Amino acid sequence: MAEFEAGMPTEGPRARPLSPHLQIYKPTLTMVMSIVHRITGAALYFGMLLLAWWLIAAASGPNAYSNVEWFMSSLIGQLVLFGYTWALLHHMLGGVRHLIWDTIHGLEPVERELLTLATLIGSITLTLILWVVGYLVMGGPR
Amino acid sequence: MSPVQHMRTPMRRVRGLGTARSGTGQFWQQRITSVAGIPLTIGLLLIITALLGRSHAAVVQILGSPIVAIIVLLFTINTAYHMWIGMQEIILDYVHDEKWKLLSLMANTFFVFAVSLASIYAILKLSFGV
Repeated sequence: MAEFEAGMPTEGPRARPLSPHLQIYKPTLTMVMSIVHRITGAALYFGMLLLAWWLIAAASGPNAYSNVEWFMSSLIGQLVLFGYTWALLHHMLGGVRHLIWDTIHGLEPVERELLTLATLIGSITLTLILWVVGYLVMGGPR
Repeated sequence: MSPVQHMRTPMRRVRGLGTARSGTGQFWQQRITSVAGIPLTIGLLLIITALLGRSHAAVVQILGSPIVAIIVLLFTINTAYHMWIGMQEIILDYVHDEKWKLLSLMANTFFVFAVSLASIYAILKLSFGV
């Protein structure tokens, strides 16, 4: 839109005033969770590389598989996996919320806030439960 | 085609096509893949949890067994389409330069094909043990 800069000699229309955008609004929970849904989706997009790596390593042989195991059990690997677990569960629950909204339900002011809070609490709770179960499985008999 | 050759009004012909020129097709496909993704994601998480800490031989045996392999395959294929649409939506929202838009849309397709075909190949290899 450089050709419409104010003060420039041009026959085209001058720069129009822009309507207020996101920055003038106080962030609400539904706003934040909306962008978090997109961010977790984008993170999971690249997270599919990890799943592919794990599957390819399993198909390649014991040496390749032990490399994956080494990375996944390292501190960075554990952090990535923990974030991955939460992102996956949060994106899934956020998706369920969107599917409910698609049916024109749960859109009233109180309902939509509760629904959004429920996806956040739900994803954190499920992630913690899954990791406790995971560690119990790891410590249990093979 | 002259305007008098058809009975449909211009409004009838453009209704529902939207800015994407293909109507609500991908909107609906994103819903279908998200519904399918719920049981498949739960299935994948259960499979991964069950495989934690197991030896390579055990992992190969379990991942290659029909039910497990089918769930992982369905998850991979379903997710591939879901993430392709999703990333395309993100690109169309933020990348406005025509050249970069085309390049990133192309990269999206290449990435999704490469990652999902690699996963599918690995699962099939585990299943058939070639």
